[in-house]
Amino acid sequence: MKVVVLVKQVPDTATQVKVSSDPRLIDATGITWIVSPYDEFAVEEALRIKEKRGAGDPVEVVAVTLGPDRAKEALRSCLAMGVDRAIHVNDPALEGADTLGAATVLAAVLKEERPALVLCGRQAIDDDMGAVGAQLAELLGWPCLSWVMEEAISEDGARVRVGRQVEGGLEVFDVSLPCILTAQKGMNEPRYPTLKGIMGAKKKEIKDVKLAALGLSAPGRELEVTQLQALPPRPPGRILTGDPKDTARELVRALREDVKAI
Amino acid sequence: MAGAFWCVVEDDRQGQPKKVTAELIGEAQRWASELGATVEAVWLTDRASPEGLAQLGHWGAGRVWLWEDPALAPYRGEVWTPAIAALAGTEAPRAIWGAVTSRHREFMARLAARLGVGLSADCVAFSRADGQLQATRPVYAGKLLAHVRWQKTPWVATLRPNVFRAADADPGRTAAVERQTLATKAAVLSFVERREEAQTGLPELTEADIVVSGGRGLRGPENFALLEDLARVLGAAVGASRAAVDAGWRPHRFQVGQTGRTISPKLYIGCGISGAIQHLAGMRTSKVICAVNKDPEAPIFKIADFGVVGDLFEVVPLLAEEFRKLKQHA
Repeated sequence: MKVVVLVKQVPDTATQVKVSSDPRLIDATGITWIVSPYDEFAVEEALRIKEKRGAGDPVEVVAVTLGPDRAKEALRSCLAMGVDRAIHVNDPALEGADTLGAATVLAAVLKEERPALVLCGRQAIDDDMGAVGAQLAELLGWPCLSWVMEEAISEDGARVRVGRQVEGGLEVFDVSLPCILTAQKGMNEPRYPTLKGIMGAKKKEIKDVKLAALGLSAPGRELEVTQLQALPPRPPGRILTGDPKDTARELVRALREDVKAI
Repeated sequence: MAGAFWCVVEDDRQGQPKKVTAELIGEAQRWASELGATVEAVWLTDRASPEGLAQLGHWGAGRVWLWEDPALAPYRGEVWTPAIAALAGTEAPRAIWGAVTSRHREFMARLAARLGVGLSADCVAFSRADGQLQATRPVYAGKLLAHVRWQKTPWVATLRPNVFRAADADPGRTAAVERQTLATKAAVLSFVERREEAQTGLPELTEADIVVSGGRGLRGPENFALLEDLARVLGAAVGASRAAVDAGWRPHRFQVGQTGRTISPKLYIGCGISGAIQHLAGMRTSKVICAVNKDPEAPIFKIADFGVVGDLFEVVPLLAEEFRKLKQHA
């Protein structure tokens, strides 16, 4: 069985993000890059599937990313966690691609790889669009379940039982493979790479792929970022200190009378 | 250019549209009237109550495209997408909008792919640029806003709840109901069961007008009872910071932040939360932000409209008492 995990390299949450001289792009100087946290849940889940099925049904886990040279580091992290090999679609024509463009490229990769299961995060924490998994499923004509909290593949490897998070509960479905699942926080606790894993990752294959090799030209940009803008600062607030009784009374009065929030 | 603004109805699964649907219709009306278009509702459900259908008309939908079929619940992308995509092919709507809810987020993405058009998820504002509609959406943990534009219609988007002004209900307005037949019913996704979450008796986090949230400062899961008491007085939902969730004090579904829920209540009260960037990402579009923290240097005070520097174990019960008094007077 083959499981493909889609990952994206994103700026670390704590990193400062500024708009560059091109107002459609961020300034990459000084940014710490990480694997998007939701994608790490997807990687962890793929590795657990591999471990669970063991030698009786060897599972190959393949990580795929789209991005510039620096994105290779994200793949390296996945390999260090235990992923078997990686594919890096690294093509300048990907710059500015929207989610549908990314899904189109990934669909071409998956048509070659033909995995039984595709896992990815429910959204990447840079553009927070949360669309690629579902759009990829649509392009491939596969089923997709989003915000997945749990999965269990049947013994014969033909079906998977999936619990997805919805408002107010968990909806459980049975679905035949292949399918796409997007990971929600709470699905698992991602492992840290071991020293052995980090050393071993250096010997694992990262295949570089250009769009032409996938039979594609530059993907369309159905949605275009026209401008990025720093968030307008909130006006300074009022700080209340002193006797808790007085501050509580004053806060409630201000919420009621000054800003009419209650 | 012809073509209506379509608002996909988000409902309570009991046949009643939710408040966010009124927000979609309200914002769509604003742009439809500027661009000379109409507003229509699109409802895929296993049950549409007559009151619910009337409500959509009162809010200002001129027409309701209705698919009512048991196969539509629970939501399955493979069943919903072909239905609405086929109608979009003949009706050529100018925009198709949904809400930022778990199912609409997936559905609108799938639909945009089917139609070969752009998707702008989690919009918090719209504006006009060159006669076209432009959307604004937070990116990078809400540190930046991105202005985005579609190459072609329909403009597919999801709108963040509690951000846009809801349409007023006018009982004089009615909608024509156009019943549709569901072509694709079979799906490889087969529904097994729904497991309900334990009921808190408090509103849903993403829909609540008021949210009271707790962090590491609460020191333990048992102390969330303090916040629940305050929440009950206010009719508020209770949220938690990542620190509180990762410590196992609250289930993940209560987490507010970048790896949790994004909320925009009218009033947000953060108690014992320092205000890490990852938390701010989930609540910075709240209208009024209050923070209670004993550390005067806590970053949350930088974005709070009202900050109380003090011990939450003293302040929170006093706040509950003050709100209770207020309620009794009202």
